[in-house]
Amino acid sequence: MENYIIEMLNITKEFPGITANDDITLCLRKGEIHALLGENGAGKSTLMSVLFGLYQAEKGEIRKNGMVVKINNPNDANDLGIGMVHQHFKLIDIFTVLENIILGVEPNKMGFLQKKEAREKVIKLSKQYGLEVNPDALIEKISVGMQQRVEILKMLYRENDILIFDEPTAVLTPQEIDELMEIMREFAREGKSILFITHKLNEIMAVADRCTVLRKGKLMGDVAIKDTTKEELSKMMVGRDVNFKVHKKTKELGDVVLSVKNIKVSSKIHSNNAVKNVSFDVRAGEILCLAGIDGNGQTEFVSALTGLEKTSSGIITLCGRDITKATIRTRSISGMSHIPEDRHKYGLVLDYSLEENLVLQRYWRPEFQHFGFIKSNAVRSYAEKLIKQYDVRSGQGPITPMRSMSGGNQQKAILAREIDKEHELLIAVQPTRGLDIGAIEYIHKQLVARRDAGKAVLLISLELEEVMNLSDRILVMYEGEIVGELDAKTTTVQELGLYMSGAKRSTAKENENAG
Amino acid sequence: MQVNIKKAGKSKGFSAFTAALLAVLLGLVFGYIIMTIASPANSFLGFQKLLMGGFKRIGDVFYYATPILMTGLAVGFAFKMGLFNIGASGQYTMGMFFALYVGFMWKLPDSVHWLVCVLAGMIGGMFWGLIPGIFKALLNVNEVITSIMFNYIGMYLVDMLIQGNATMYISSKTRTSYLPASAQMPSLGITNSSVNISIFIAITAALILFVVLNKTTFGYELKATGFNKYASAYAGMNGKRNIILTMAIAGAMAGLGGAFAILAPSTIAGSSMTYEPVSVIAANGFNGIAVALLGNSSPIGIIFSALFVSHIQRGGTLASLYGYKPEIIDVVIAVIIYFSAFAMLMNAMVGNLIKKLFSKNQSEKILPADPKEEA
Ligand SMILES: Nc1ncnc2c1ncn2[C@@H]1O[C@H](COP(=O)(O)OP(=O)(O)OP(=O)(O)O)[C@@H](O)[C@H]1O
Ligand SMILES: [Mg+2]
Repeated sequence: MENYIIEMLNITKEFPGITANDDITLCLRKGEIHALLGENGAGKSTLMSVLFGLYQAEKGEIRKNGMVVKINNPNDANDLGIGMVHQHFKLIDIFTVLENIILGVEPNKMGFLQKKEAREKVIKLSKQYGLEVNPDALIEKISVGMQQRVEILKMLYRENDILIFDEPTAVLTPQEIDELMEIMREFAREGKSILFITHKLNEIMAVADRCTVLRKGKLMGDVAIKDTTKEELSKMMVGRDVNFKVHKKTKELGDVVLSVKNIKVSSKIHSNNAVKNVSFDVRAGEILCLAGIDGNGQTEFVSALTGLEKTSSGIITLCGRDITKATIRTRSISGMSHIPEDRHKYGLVLDYSLEENLVLQRYWRPEFQHFGFIKSNAVRSYAEKLIKQYDVRSGQGPITPMRSMSGGNQQKAILAREIDKEHELLIAVQPTRGLDIGAIEYIHKQLVARRDAGKAVLLISLELEEVMNLSDRILVMYEGEIVGELDAKTTTVQELGLYMSGAKRSTAKENENAG
Repeated sequence: MQVNIKKAGKSKGFSAFTAALLAVLLGLVFGYIIMTIASPANSFLGFQKLLMGGFKRIGDVFYYATPILMTGLAVGFAFKMGLFNIGASGQYTMGMFFALYVGFMWKLPDSVHWLVCVLAGMIGGMFWGLIPGIFKALLNVNEVITSIMFNYIGMYLVDMLIQGNATMYISSKTRTSYLPASAQMPSLGITNSSVNISIFIAITAALILFVVLNKTTFGYELKATGFNKYASAYAGMNGKRNIILTMAIAGAMAGLGGAFAILAPSTIAGSSMTYEPVSVIAANGFNGIAVALLGNSSPIGIIFSALFVSHIQRGGTLASLYGYKPEIIDVVIAVIIYFSAFAMLMNAMVGNLIKKLFSKNQSEKILPADPKEEA
């Protein structure tokens, strides 16, 4: 009999219209990193939420060190040493880092908060694991990478030794991912046990000891990483071979679709401009990638381009039309589609149903309304078409509440909506964040299909593999400037990395001198 | 059976309805406790009157429900967009003044006079809702602050205007004079009750708002903005226009409420409802907040919650027959209404509580069959 620290035995969890976990068994050894792999909506987050006490399973039992335990809520989980970093962070925006970390377990003497003690402990932990944070920064002001550190520190502060990471790497930059992997190894060396959800097989191969694979709520198997390969894992998960390489035909370039000139955007965090004098064109029939390490102005640039924020100066022209000061609706009508970076903040109305979200950009069009009355039949059939075409999985189809859908399927809903909307320019920010490999393959094909159909695609991605795979041309942004233009066919990941880190620069300076 | 409850519990409308019922129940329990403390001997009979008394005065229940139904809509509709329209009182008072003004000062044919008064009331309220809306949309001033201020400005302004108008005001009686009969709303002819056709107009207004919220692109935009203002901006919705429009509609509802209240026919021939300009903010405006909360901001829910609140108020006046002082009755009514509304606000918590109780039941059922002892 093996010694498992956690055993989840024959767990079944149902939601309206769907069995999210169907008789799943997962066993975790002490000190191991155990990966959980499965398509979008396979039930990974649900299974982990059962372990963390957010959901109660209808059937099955959980044991810790061989003893049956009942986990009714996250407090019970915490008492058992179980901590979780959620797929969508659960931090309070207007609280500081420190306040978030100690939330719920505030050290106090007779009801008075002992912040000093807490601060010392947090600082000590962050030193020990290299998880640098500023305890007094407000959550809303720090990057997602930082926020994740806060989530991790939260678990460490509570002295948890069974750590659940739900897609921690989806929102991180490649550098941050490497750091996180190292931290996870360190945890494992110390005897902490880790459950790790990710869609990136490389990460599993790099850190995990074992991997449990789910498909559509069912258990596919449990393999030791040293005895398996990426291909085998992906086949287990999707049920077919997945093609990691996208095939692109050479394509004649068309007219300039988007042209930005001398764009400046002021920063919300510091007094300098977040975007300094950026100029470039995107032509019909090309995928132009704006690469760069997170925090170098890409987010601010896209906000200005799409109209969410104002530009300080410069001119934006879309299909020959000056849209620098245009409203978002006008930009949309002029041919702009936008897959936003933050799907929960901008991309979705979580309290609306799937179908209501699918028409978010088009409800006002004649197909969907008549004298201001929404044609619900038209909405329904349109939603059904997109759901089928993009394989958006959910419990109840068009009427599923968006909030209850799995992260990857929420993303697919946005992709379906934005790609299907008529456009000349598709702005895709981290389009495949949180998608499973099968879905990524499909979305990549779709993006290339847009290009082949003579549309312009502006891709903003932190993922080097995606950048190299999809782009025709790469612009590298560093500290708010374009520091290099690379041809995707001839450049290498190493060269790209040099530009991204600011170690090398070319065109920007020349441009400036010329202009 | 249990499974059925569980399935039903998952449908949205049902859970809102059960939550409201539970909230009301909790409110009643607390009301009863207060009555028992105040006068233990009579509490049972008194409480019975409070609960059942309204049924003997159905006409009045509908009559008094009308204005709070309208202010409830004023609060609830704005709340769907995430706006807290605490200014229903001011809008109500303004609506009332506009209706009074047209009633006294305009000479119109009998058949349309009251109708024009009602429309004037609606415009008055709309105007008073519009201003905080404009402040919010264009200058980003919090609507709560502006609308509280406009409650006072509206009230003092109306009192001043009425007192300064010799046709409208009888200073010796410190109240407005009697409105001409042509300006009063057609009665429904129930003896000893002022109930009139405004209750039908109010219910129609609620139904129209329901349709607007659920079937139109404007309602779609409004709710989307209320749920997530970033996403609505991302989708290109015109937030400013929608804020102004929503506040104008909300104000119009409250204004109608004020008009309905003052234009109701009197049960005594030759008289009318009157207004006393005594510098008090209209309570019906605040009751609208409770009505909206209890009705979960849904127009249909608000119809029922307005009727409930009115019913309890009618019953309360009868409970004084059992020796309860009017003040105690007011406290009890307030406790019931506000506790219910508060419990509704805690909707999620109540829901979770039920779920927890329920899941305990269920796990107990499963446990005996569980091969737990094997370990
Ligand atoms: N609270 C909920 N209410 C109803 N259905 C839910 C709820 N949570 C999850 N589901 C459904 O259960 C299924 C599994 O969801 P889950 O979030 O576990 O997927 P996942 O494997 O984590 O997917 P992803 O990779 O996209 O995050 C999905 O079909 C989802 O729609
Ligand atoms: Mg998930």
